[in-house]
Parts: sequence; C-alpha cells; structure tokens
Amino acid sequence: MAENQDAAADDQPLLIADRLSKAYGRLTACRDVSFALYPGEVLAIVGESGSGKTTLLQLLSAQLVPNAGCVSYRMRDGVTRDLAALGEAERRFLFRTDWGYVHQDPAQGLRMAVSAGANVGERLMAVGWNHYGRIRDTASSWLERVEIDVGRIDDAPRTYSGGMRQRLQIARNLVTEPRLVFMDEPTGGLDVSVQARLLDLMRNLVSELGLAAIVVTHDLAVARLLSHRVMVMKGGRVIETGLTDQVLDDPREPYTQLLVSSILPA
Amino acid sequence: MTAMIEISNAEKTFVMHLQDGIELPVVRGVSFRVEPGECVVLSGPSGAGKSSILKMIFGNYRCDGGRIGIRHEGVQIDLAKAEPRQILSVRRATIGYVSQFLRAVPRVATSDVVAEPLIVNGVARAEARERAGQLLRRLNIPERLWALPPSTFSGGEQQRVNIARGFISDLPILLLDEPTASLDAANRAVVVELIEQKKRAGVAMAAIVHDDEIRHLIADRIVDVTSFAAAA
Repeated sequence: MAENQDAAADDQPLLIADRLSKAYGRLTACRDVSFALYPGEVLAIVGESGSGKTTLLQLLSAQLVPNAGCVSYRMRDGVTRDLAALGEAERRFLFRTDWGYVHQDPAQGLRMAVSAGANVGERLMAVGWNHYGRIRDTASSWLERVEIDVGRIDDAPRTYSGGMRQRLQIARNLVTEPRLVFMDEPTGGLDVSVQARLLDLMRNLVSELGLAAIVVTHDLAVARLLSHRVMVMKGGRVIETGLTDQVLDDPREPYTQLLVSSILPA
Repeated sequence: MTAMIEISNAEKTFVMHLQDGIELPVVRGVSFRVEPGECVVLSGPSGAGKSSILKMIFGNYRCDGGRIGIRHEGVQIDLAKAEPRQILSVRRATIGYVSQFLRAVPRVATSDVVAEPLIVNGVARAEARERAGQLLRRLNIPERLWALPPSTFSGGEQQRVNIARGFISDLPILLLDEPTASLDAANRAVVVELIEQKKRAGVAMAAIVHDDEIRHLIADRIVDVTSFAAAA
C-alpha cells in the first residue's frame, strides 16, 4: 500500500540479508533467508537446537561465508556495503567498533585470565585509545552500568560468577558504542534469577543506547522481553516472522503453535 | 473522515494445527468507527470475540481480511496490512492499550512500569516519574509500593498499575479491556473519571466492560459484537 510506505521511508535498514543459504555437505543449515534490520530494532531468531539459528547468526556477522546470497551493512559513513566485499582490515574494524558479539559462554567472549578492567579496556585500545586513566575510568563506569562492583575491576573473570561474567561480556561489547550487537543464547547457561537480572539490564541498555540487536534464543520468554520482531526457524528455513507479540499470541504455523504451546506455565 | 478508528469487514479465524487443523472462526464482517472524544463499548457474551477485536486493533492478533483503518500522525493507515515497524510506531505515538492483566517485567519498579510509555516518547525521566506518581496516588496505590516491582501485588493493585500505565500517555486512541474488572467501587469511580478526562481531551476509545453501571456511565455508543458472529 502506497500510504503505508510513506511513513516507513524515513530511515534505511542497517543490515540486509538477501537469500542467504549455507550447506555443510548435503546438510542444509540455512536456506533462503531474507530480512532487513533497522537501527534500534531488536530481532529474535527462535527455534530449537539444530534449526539453523547459530549458523544464520554466523553468516550475518561475517564469520561464515554463505554458499548463496549476501549480507549488506550500512557503515558509519552511511554507505551500504556487501560484507563479502570488505577487506580483512575493514571487517576487523567492524568487529572492534560497530558490532558486538555476545557468546552464550562468556569464556569465548572474554579473556579469562586478565583483569575485568583490561577486558573492557582492550576494546578501547583496539580503536586507538591510549590514555590509561581515561581507559580505566571508562571501564569502571561500564562495570557500574552492568552492576559489577567496581572494587572487582582488577580481578580476572575466572573469579566471577556466571551472571557476572555474562554482564562483563556485555560491558566489553558495548564500550565502543556499537550500533549492532549479535547475541547467541545470552542467558543460556544461567540460573533463572540471574537470567531475569541480565534480561532487565539488556533491555534497558538496548533502549537507552538505541542499539539494534539480533538475538538467537530457544527461550520464547527471552524473545518476548527483548525483541520487537521475531523469526521462527525450522530445518534451516524461516517459517514464520512478524511482530513478537503477534507471533507469540497468534502463531500461525503448526511448528510455531507447537513451540508456543510447549511453554510451561510458571 | 475524521474517525480515529475505522474498521470495515475485518475478520479473524484461528486455525489450530495441533488439534487436527480445526478452524475456529471468531468474528466476521466487523465494521464500526470511533470518533475523537468518543467511547465505544463493545458488548456481547464471553467468547463473542470482543477481546479479539481489541487485539486486532492493537496489532496483537493478525487480521485475516478486511481493513483496520487507524488515523496515525494525520494519515489513515491500514493496520491489517502494516509492517511490524509501522505497528510499533503506531503503538508509540497513537494507540494505548490497557489489557486485562499486567505483564510485569521482573525487577522493574512500579513507578518505572508506569512511566515507561512517556520515557519512550522522549519525556525526561524525572517528569515521567512525577506524572506516574500522580496517577498512582490517584488510583490509591500507596507510595511505599512504588519502588517495588508489581509482580507480588494483589490482582486489584496490578490492575491499577496497568491502568496507570495505560492512561499516562497522551495518545489519541485508547483500547480498554475490562479496566474495572477487579476494582472496588472507589477505584472504579476513579477509572470512570479518567475516562471522562480522556474524552474531553479528544481521545477515541474502544472498551470492553461487563459492569452495566460502568458501561452506562462511559459509553457514548454500544456496538453489539454478536452481530459479527462468525459461526461456521
């Protein structure tokens, strides 16, 4: 509808996936996935293990090369570029500054043996910060923002609890003020009470910073709390997509109905 | 052409794939309009599809046919065909919804739950909290509870928090699903007053109320939902 398009023309997508496919030998992990993500938008990718969620996240974040299709990203200079056409240095720059990647296992996203302060400061040094005092101040203020006692700044994350490690990983990712954060099961290995705190924290940070995020989760409650929009995957395909509460309250596909009806009431 | 809500021939059917694809027609041929400053009450027995119609107007349920015209920022758009981002924009700037139950986020204080719709529209935090406090006080939620998350509150208290959250914004359309269901007489009277105020401010409202007395007090017009019955 023309009348509906006018209002939507006010901004442009940050990331566009166009018919992405990836196969491992005869096994298709991801087939023909297309969508556009806008600045400030949080998209959840849901589905059970083996549905292709993590493969898709790796394709979107240029960690895997697709067999077909492409991902383009609007760089900070406003130019939309095909990720496959970026040089290695440009891609690294994206990873260090404009993107964050929160792993399910914080040990993959943190350096476990160096201090929390260094974990956060390292991202700043990678983008050229060199004033020790300023780096430390910024690291402390980020620890506070993710509710970690600043007194623990010199401790290594291996001395932290699971929830603290995950919050530290988030601080490390957000310190360079990225515009897009990828999250792979960010609350995966945590206790329920710790999950609630982390979700609340992420929800606030995402809205305060106007971040766009792509969150892979098998937990529909996480999708409901964090995301604006949801894509349901099964067997490597996106089978249903839409506004999060619409898909969860009025699921249309058999598999989505099964997922939604399988939630145990608390 | 000034209607805020203009629905024509909207319909909704649930297909239950887990029950052998059984089809549950909910409503068909839904047509009515709501003008600014008007409160239209949807009436009909339980199961007639009243809540489903409100959810279709809010974009929470998909609409299988027909048109849901919503006046959004001066232009009528068809919510039945809108993109998710557009529906989000409509919810931010145009349509508020007071649901039957509060869906509380863990750990978020009551005053922030209420203030949130203002904050997302750019109102400063302090002012938003101040206005949240005024509404909570008016709805008789004791100040000592404001800093607590509402998840442990009684049903009536949660409902009043929900009402405060719904009424705090200055949105031109408000959908009310049983806003007085679990309230005592004093709080019901407050809600009636709040609705009166919204009418004077030109807000278009569609409401579901079972209480005859309240319906009589707030309704400018009644739309009988049984006429949209979609019995197969």
